[in-house]
Amino acid sequence: MVGRARGVGAAVVSFVLLVVLWELAKLLLPDEGVLVGDTRVLPRTDEAAMPHVWTVFGRLFEPEVAGAADPRTVGAAVASGALFTLGLALGGLVLGGVLGMLLALAMQRFGLLERAALPYVVASQTVPLIAIAPLVAGWGGKIAIMGWSWQPWASVMVIASYLAFFPVAVGMLRGLNAPAKADVELFRTLAAGWWTTLVRLRLPASVPFLIPAARLAAAAAVVGAIVAEISTGTRGGIGRLIIEYQQSATGDPSRLYTAILGAAVLGLVAAGAVGLLDVGLRRYRGSVR
Amino acid sequence: MHRSVVRRLALAAAFLVAAAACSVTPEGGGTAPPGEGPQPVKLQLQWFKQGQFAGYIAAVEQGFYAERGLDVEILEGGVDIVPQTVLAQGQADFAIAWVPKALASREQGAGITDVAQIFQRSGTYQVSFADKGITTAADLKGKKVGNWGFGNEFELFAGMTAAGLTPATDVTLVQQQFDMQALLSGEIDAAQAMSYNEYAQVLEAPNPATGQLYQPGDFSVIDWNETGTAMLQDAIWASTQRLEDPAYQDLTTRFIAGSIEGWAYCRDNVQSCRDMVVAAGSTLGASHQLWQVNEVNKLIWPAPSGAGVIDDAAWAQTVQVARTAVNADGQTVLTRDPDAEAHTNTYVQQALDQLKAEASTSPVTATRPWRSR
Repeated sequence: MVGRARGVGAAVVSFVLLVVLWELAKLLLPDEGVLVGDTRVLPRTDEAAMPHVWTVFGRLFEPEVAGAADPRTVGAAVASGALFTLGLALGGLVLGGVLGMLLALAMQRFGLLERAALPYVVASQTVPLIAIAPLVAGWGGKIAIMGWSWQPWASVMVIASYLAFFPVAVGMLRGLNAPAKADVELFRTLAAGWWTTLVRLRLPASVPFLIPAARLAAAAAVVGAIVAEISTGTRGGIGRLIIEYQQSATGDPSRLYTAILGAAVLGLVAAGAVGLLDVGLRRYRGSVR
Repeated sequence: MHRSVVRRLALAAAFLVAAAACSVTPEGGGTAPPGEGPQPVKLQLQWFKQGQFAGYIAAVEQGFYAERGLDVEILEGGVDIVPQTVLAQGQADFAIAWVPKALASREQGAGITDVAQIFQRSGTYQVSFADKGITTAADLKGKKVGNWGFGNEFELFAGMTAAGLTPATDVTLVQQQFDMQALLSGEIDAAQAMSYNEYAQVLEAPNPATGQLYQPGDFSVIDWNETGTAMLQDAIWASTQRLEDPAYQDLTTRFIAGSIEGWAYCRDNVQSCRDMVVAAGSTLGASHQLWQVNEVNKLIWPAPSGAGVIDDAAWAQTVQVARTAVNADGQTVLTRDPDAEAHTNTYVQQALDQLKAEASTSPVTATRPWRSR
């Protein structure tokens, strides 16, 4: 309990420190930033580039669109966008996580498959996301699965899962192969089959590898969802808000920062959701070495 | 090595998709035989819904498409969505795209045809603070000149070349973001701006010296329409291959007619169109959209030979600039002249005839002249 309270305290202190640092930078550094020759080493600190923290927070409670019939505040817009993206990122995380785990199981079971598939798994992550995004977005209107026609948000989820499956597959494979040779040989001596060895030995042993992998995957899924939204222009999420607010950042810079703030909070929430998984699987932590 | 890996991955992915998909709908919606109910049509925009596309939004909202038996779905663009590619791949029935960019795609094999030139003029400016004294392209010499790149910069480069400058050596070229802060903070001397969007954004920004918003008098503007290096922009593009099908020809004519009626509505009802654009979800604000619809109207009207008609001289100038203007990477937009199928006035003329016939029989539309006014 004390540890939990200390964790929350540390989070609050680090946030306050960030705010103080931001405001100090505005106060002490020149408005034009610092240039060495023609290379910028410190950013501009004027109102347009770095609005005051309180201006950004104040903007959250002002109407999103001047002169619109719908008096929604920026805060409400950012919150609903972040929730939408969170749903897609978590969906992508689950989809990618399941695929990654199945792939890892198959690769562990069949050594040939591991040697054949692993290079492609690694190569999949070197393909730029912006090259895949329009491709996947193009499925819209072309594919119908059991009478359900492909929706734009499904493309975003698939792209998120494309980034999320990689750490899970690699981490899980490592974990499945983690048990000590002596343990594996003991199971073999006892005539345990592949399935028993998997359930009793390999899966528990993989948990300490899976949790950090899932944390990485959650962050990747959020990044994937936001980039996919920006790339394909999918309406409703925080990625779309970032690009829309950036368009009007000339006259309204603080609104852009509210969306970026929303994206940051979104990442924390997604990582926190994986933390719940950690709590649920705690008893397997370090159970098998 | 990497390419083959990517290709194999793509093949595997394509196979999985094909296996997972229980049914694949036919390309686009327009090929469906006209039966009961309106015909579904997909229109791909270049960007999010905003005043730039007010005419199409109005045509949907006011029922101008529905009157012609069309159920038009407007697909928004995104950072990586290339409308002419979406059209060429059959995921949309029509697309809105700038002429030079679409012609570049056409040269690379995209089968698309310009069937209506909605914007008769270019909306691209080069904007600078008035005290810099940059009023002609020649004044850019020695300045830091912002440009967007990605094919949006050729009017600027043609303008500088026509003024006797060598863009690569006589000016400092700066890759510009999509906001105008670099101009306002003085990091660049002259910035690219669309008359209907970025130019409005600088006028919506507060001037720290006065505490008020910037005024048009604070800036000088180079309008490429006046230097003879302007290129045609927003046009309606159709699939070249499908234009051989009489049903699609008819669809194209009806779609153009509905679109022109929508634009005529926005010419006469600017505020109503502003409200429709804001209601469609644009977050740029109502006053910005009012500016945008007003400025876009100036690009569409007057249309000397009829709304949407491709002017031969403007087309020739666009092609000439596309073939000769060299950008910072030493590239031109086009390497050869586009073939005759790249543009046609057949369908826009039919659409204008249809609109005239409707106007003479219907008292409602009789007040909407299709010629310029």
